[in-house]
Amino acid sequence: MLRLAKVNKYYRVGTHSLHVLRDLDIDVADGEFVAIMGSSGSGKSTLLNILGILDDYDSGEYWLGDTLIRSLSESKAAHYRNRFIGFVFQSFNLLPFKTALENVALPLYYQGVTRRKRNVIAGEYLERVGLRDWADHTPAEMSGGQKQRVAIARALIGKPRLILADEPTGALDSETSQQIMSLLREIHETGITMLVVTHDPEVAARTDRLIRLKDGKVVDPDEAAEASASHPNLPVALPERSLTAPAMPAAAVAAEGRRRSMDEP
Amino acid sequence: MFSIDRWQEVFDTLRRNKLRTILTAISVAWGILVMVVLLGLGRGLDNGLRFNFRREASNSIWMSAAKTSIPFQGYDVGRHLTFENRDFERAKAVAGVDHISGQYFIKGGQFGGGEMTIRHGVKANTFEVNAVHPDAIYLGATEMVAGRFLDAPDIALKRKSTVIGKPVARFLFGDDDPIGQWVDVASVPFQVVGVFGDEGGEEQERQIYIPVSTAQLAFNGSDRLGMLSITVGDADSVQAKAITKQIVAQLAERHQFSPDDPQAVRVHDNVEQYERFSKLFWIISFFVVIIGLGTLAAGVVGVSNIMMIAVKERTKEIGVRKALGATPWSIVMMITQEAVFLTGLAGLLGLSAGVGFLSLLDAANVSDFVKDPGIDLRVGIAATLGLIFAGALAGYFPARAAARVNPIHALRDQ
Repeated sequence: MLRLAKVNKYYRVGTHSLHVLRDLDIDVADGEFVAIMGSSGSGKSTLLNILGILDDYDSGEYWLGDTLIRSLSESKAAHYRNRFIGFVFQSFNLLPFKTALENVALPLYYQGVTRRKRNVIAGEYLERVGLRDWADHTPAEMSGGQKQRVAIARALIGKPRLILADEPTGALDSETSQQIMSLLREIHETGITMLVVTHDPEVAARTDRLIRLKDGKVVDPDEAAEASASHPNLPVALPERSLTAPAMPAAAVAAEGRRRSMDEP
Repeated sequence: MFSIDRWQEVFDTLRRNKLRTILTAISVAWGILVMVVLLGLGRGLDNGLRFNFRREASNSIWMSAAKTSIPFQGYDVGRHLTFENRDFERAKAVAGVDHISGQYFIKGGQFGGGEMTIRHGVKANTFEVNAVHPDAIYLGATEMVAGRFLDAPDIALKRKSTVIGKPVARFLFGDDDPIGQWVDVASVPFQVVGVFGDEGGEEQERQIYIPVSTAQLAFNGSDRLGMLSITVGDADSVQAKAITKQIVAQLAERHQFSPDDPQAVRVHDNVEQYERFSKLFWIISFFVVIIGLGTLAAGVVGVSNIMMIAVKERTKEIGVRKALGATPWSIVMMITQEAVFLTGLAGLLGLSAGVGFLSLLDAANVSDFVKDPGIDLRVGIAATLGLIFAGALAGYFPARAAARVNPIHALRDQ
């Protein structure tokens, strides 16, 4: 479904360049539900941008299905984004002046679907996320959980092969987070490949597979397990492969937040 | 390309930013308003110029015999001069003279023939009578409505032909056809051969023309002429002056007055006056257009500027759109269409306001120098197309900026 082979990505910072992704190899099979974790600076945002065809890479290959995604023109990239990928963002990124229905219908607008038809389809997708009655409300009138549901409906409407979710629960309380994760799992069970970037172990725990990034490389699962073992008081035990993230004290989380805003290119 | 959806987007955006929309629209509308009013005034000035020259062809020079003011070869000053038919013949031969007519002032004096009684049956009234050569038709703004003007045989055979103005025909003949009918001019019968109209207006039409040779015979004119009038074709004012000088020199030689006498021959040179006025008005129009274009340009830059700010504000939105599959082209079109629409609509408002203002000005009739101010259809269409172009230009740079929005940066959570 999705294959990265020896992908390298550099960011030029001033005179020298920063090697963000180092010979990255990732394989995701059709219909997998994968979490990507990693601390700040591990390259997970960059990876997400490359996977989302929002950014190009310097060397290697990125195959999305049978399509090599590389050095695409802006229009071509836009076309693939529109057809192949659905995005779910931490801050929802709904257009504030459009109703829930119009927001959901937006990808179809860029596919050239007629207004009447896409509104009907958008209605169906709102139904799927349980917000049929909220079709005519603007995002300002909705709760965070509702907004994320609308965003998920919007990500689904283009019938993408891949859903990329960037911290989908990052702005939500824990109960709502659980609901959103349940919704994502439900959707995944219909056969859509799903990648969730998160630093929340609870979120990662609800996926089927974890890919840990560190310094632009995938960390060996054993190494990760070791890391987890060295922190026995870690509250989270992941099902199946028992992969966990290293614990992050509250202070470190806060520091992480500050670094994120400063460091990332 | 111009789908209902995109229009919806445009209206949405404009509605969301009412204040910005209104301010931008005002700046463009004002620019167009100023431009239209200035263009209209320029045209009004031009019309005014033409109106003030309407009675005579703008390439005509009129020389009438007057009084000497310089003693010459034993003659004292104050001698009344009169031209003769031979002066006409000699002036006719001068190079550069396009058309020429002499005029015999039947009732003396220096201005025209004076009014005489014209009668047909029981109807009679006084009208101005001009005893002229056939070329007189080229000297004014005379246009034939029916029949013909005076011709060479009329002069040669001293025929009693007359060409009468429209109001004269209406007065004497009502709805009857005047051609071939007879009228009495101071009791001398003349046959009507033509009816004329004149752009100069009613005053210029309440006249009749008769052959100068007939008039000289019938009204005791001998071979005297009071005035020689010529047109000089496309000559400029310098050439026209040279031609005038040559004719005056000939006259001076024959009638023994000083060729330098400024008063012996009264010269009315339309070429020079027209040239002076049109130069002045051209300069005025030129500045008017520069100012108008400047104002318009300021408006367009304003639109571009505000659109640029709008694009900055909408960075996130544009980022979302791009992430959802908007092509750079669709973003460019969205922004450009907004700019074109805003500029176009505001421009058309300004255009109508300007036209409205000009018609008010026209109705108020402030000055003879400004006549029928207004812009013609072609200018209106050109302005509309120009507006669309200006809008596209105003939208281009912001649209390019929008298309370059990097969704990664736009969507990064703060």
